[in-house]
Order: sequence, then structure tokens, then C-alpha cells
Amino acid sequence: MTAPKFATGQRVRIADRTPPMHHRVPSYAKGQVGVIERVCGMHGEPEKFIRGNGQPAQRLYRVSIPQPDLWNSYSGGNGDILEIEVFEHWLEPAA
Amino acid sequence: MSEPWGPHDVGGRQGGPVDLSEHDTAHWEWQIDAMVRLALTKGLISDFAELRDGIEQLTQEDYESASYYERWAKALANTLVSRGVVTEDALAEKANAIRERQETEAQS
Amino acid sequence: MTDHDHSRTFQADHAEPTSDAARIGLALRELLIEAGHYTVEEERAVIAAMQGASPENGAKIVTRAWTDQSFRQRLLENGGAALREVGFDIAPYEFTVMENTDNIHNVIVCTLCSCYPRSLLGMSPAWYKSTVYRSRVVREPRKVLAEFGVELDEDVVVRVHDSTAELRYMVLPQRPAGTSDWPEEKLKSLVTRDSLIGTQRELLS
Repeated sequence: MTAPKFATGQRVRIADRTPPMHHRVPSYAKGQVGVIERVCGMHGEPEKFIRGNGQPAQRLYRVSIPQPDLWNSYSGGNGDILEIEVFEHWLEPAA
Repeated sequence: MSEPWGPHDVGGRQGGPVDLSEHDTAHWEWQIDAMVRLALTKGLISDFAELRDGIEQLTQEDYESASYYERWAKALANTLVSRGVVTEDALAEKANAIRERQETEAQS
Repeated sequence: MTDHDHSRTFQADHAEPTSDAARIGLALRELLIEAGHYTVEEERAVIAAMQGASPENGAKIVTRAWTDQSFRQRLLENGGAALREVGFDIAPYEFTVMENTDNIHNVIVCTLCSCYPRSLLGMSPAWYKSTVYRSRVVREPRKVLAEFGVELDEDVVVRVHDSTAELRYMVLPQRPAGTSDWPEEKLKSLVTRDSLIGTQRELLS
């Protein structure tokens, strides 16, 4: 088992791509920058199961994104956040 | 925000009031749920991801016009047909027989 | 302010499987049983197990967390391990508990499909599966919560959790004031399905 590539608190960018198969990154989150909220376990990545493509078991992370970054004219508290789970191969370090 | 890549990719897209009414799970819905679980444990599909993939491949119209368990039913049927576990003809014939049975029961 | 009753029992909905899709589903079921892929007995056992799950399981966990601080800590740090302590296991999913505080309110959604810890908490509500809830609660959680009767001050942070992969969530609601001498059963009765999802915040009005 390889060590996690990212650590809690690290800024990351979620990839903006659309593989032609089942994947679990909602379009609203693609290309967004957030912070690793926690490092989760290793799991079979969903793309693996579809039509024989994809990656072996991957590290999963929770990524925290400020709501005002996600939506035009977000009508809520500026401290509001949205958190999603993203697999390692969808993440890259962000400044 | 990126373009949605399927009828299921709804986060942030729609409006309208949330319908708060409760819905008792009907017996046939429990049966669909059980069928999906058994399809997994019996190896007819290899992972839940296959079912979700099947649902995501429904047309926008099929997705939006169907209830939650209707989507599961359609997706599992499509997946098992493409895997060769059942044929479309056998499904259509059986569905017809069920319709006739239901119509007869409704009249009695 | 809505009159949505969080504890109301389900209204019977005699949804007959008369749509094309429902008939295809039932046809598939009959074909699979006829071909010997599974039996009616196996089906019965699976349904019984599913029907055995309910928000009461969540209430039990919440009550224990309220009354046992070290369990609460373990629950928040490693939900799966704490869950196994009380006799449940939802592996391979990672059971993840999010705690409400005076300054934080948590709400759960699965925008892509409707993932929910059903084997623990039972069936998800119809609204949880709806495209409207899934669509709006990520974008305008406070408005959606208001439709459920949850009004939040500006200084309360809303954390929306989109269950996009292998985690399954439960909210740990705040224990209401004035319940320190309540017996366990009375405490459990406060915890509702909606409070475990985050569409209810106050357990005692």
C-alpha cells in the first residue's frame, strides 16, 4: 500500500475532465480548489469496474470547498462549506 | 461550472420546492432492491458501480420520468441484457404476461 | 415556517407496479428466479434484513455518544470502528459521523444518486432521492433547510456533505438542554430520521 500523496490541510485542485464512463466527481466540483479535510481509506475506484477500464484501488480523500467559490451569488454565510469525497487520481496540488 | 455529463449529475442545476411528502416503500420496490443486492452477491454484476453506470446511461427523459426504483429496474435490466444473463425478448414476453395478470386481477 | 412533522409515520402509498419500467423489473425478477439465480426464500431473507434497519439504530448510537464522551470521541474519529462496538458493520463503506455544534450545522446529500447508510438507518426518505433536493441542497442549503423548518443564524456555519464515493454519513445532533437526567429510552425517542440527515436541528421544540 502506497503512502497518501496528499495530507490533511493541503490545498488541492479537482481535475476538470470527463472520462467516457461512470465516474463520481460531480460537474459542479470539477476544476475547483479546496483543502483536504481528511485522508480516507483505499477503495476500488468505480472507473475500474466499468468496461474494464480504470485504475486499481485508490486512496480516497474528503475535500472541503468554500461555498462562495462554487456558486455565483451564493446566498448563505461566507463560512459555509461543501465537502465531497474524491479519489487521489482526480487531485493535484494547488498553490 | 462544468457541463453535466449525465441525467444524474444534478448538483446545483435545478430549482423548485422539495416535495416533503412521505412515500411508503411498496412491496415491489423492496423486491427490486433485493434483486439488485442478490445480483451483486450472486455475481451477476460485479459491483454497485455497474448499476449506477446503467442508471447514468439512461436518457434524460427516461431518467426524469422514472421513480427511483423504476430507474434501478431499467438499469439492471439493461445491464443484464448486455451481459447476456437475460434476453430482451424474454423480458418483453414476461412483462406482457405480468401486465395481463395485473389487468385480470384488477377486474376481479 | 413549515409544518413538516419530522416524526410523522409514513403515509401509505399504494404504488402499484403498473408502469413499463416496474413491469420490466418484475419480469426480470421472475426470469432470474426461474433460471435459479436466486430463490424466493433468499429474496424474503434479504427484504426482512432491509426492513429490520431503521433510524432507531441511529438513535441508539446518538444516545450513547451523548452519554459516553469517550465513545463520542471514538465515533467521530473512526465511525466504522465505533459502529462495530455497538454491533453494526457497513464495510466496505466508511461510516462517518458529523457532529452538530452551536456554530456548525451538518446536512447530508448524495447529488449523483442517493447514497445513504440504508443497512443501518433503513430506507432513505423520498425527498432525499429527489432530483430537486439533490440539486438544491448543495447550492442553497439554507433555503432548503428553511423549507424543512430549520432556520439558522448567519454565524452558524453550514457544512454540506455530498456522499460521492465510499463514505456513508450520519449527523450527530446536539443533545437538547434540560435532558441531563433523562433515561436512555426517553433520549432515544428524541432522535429522528431527519435529524440524522440534517434536515432537522432542534430535537426539543
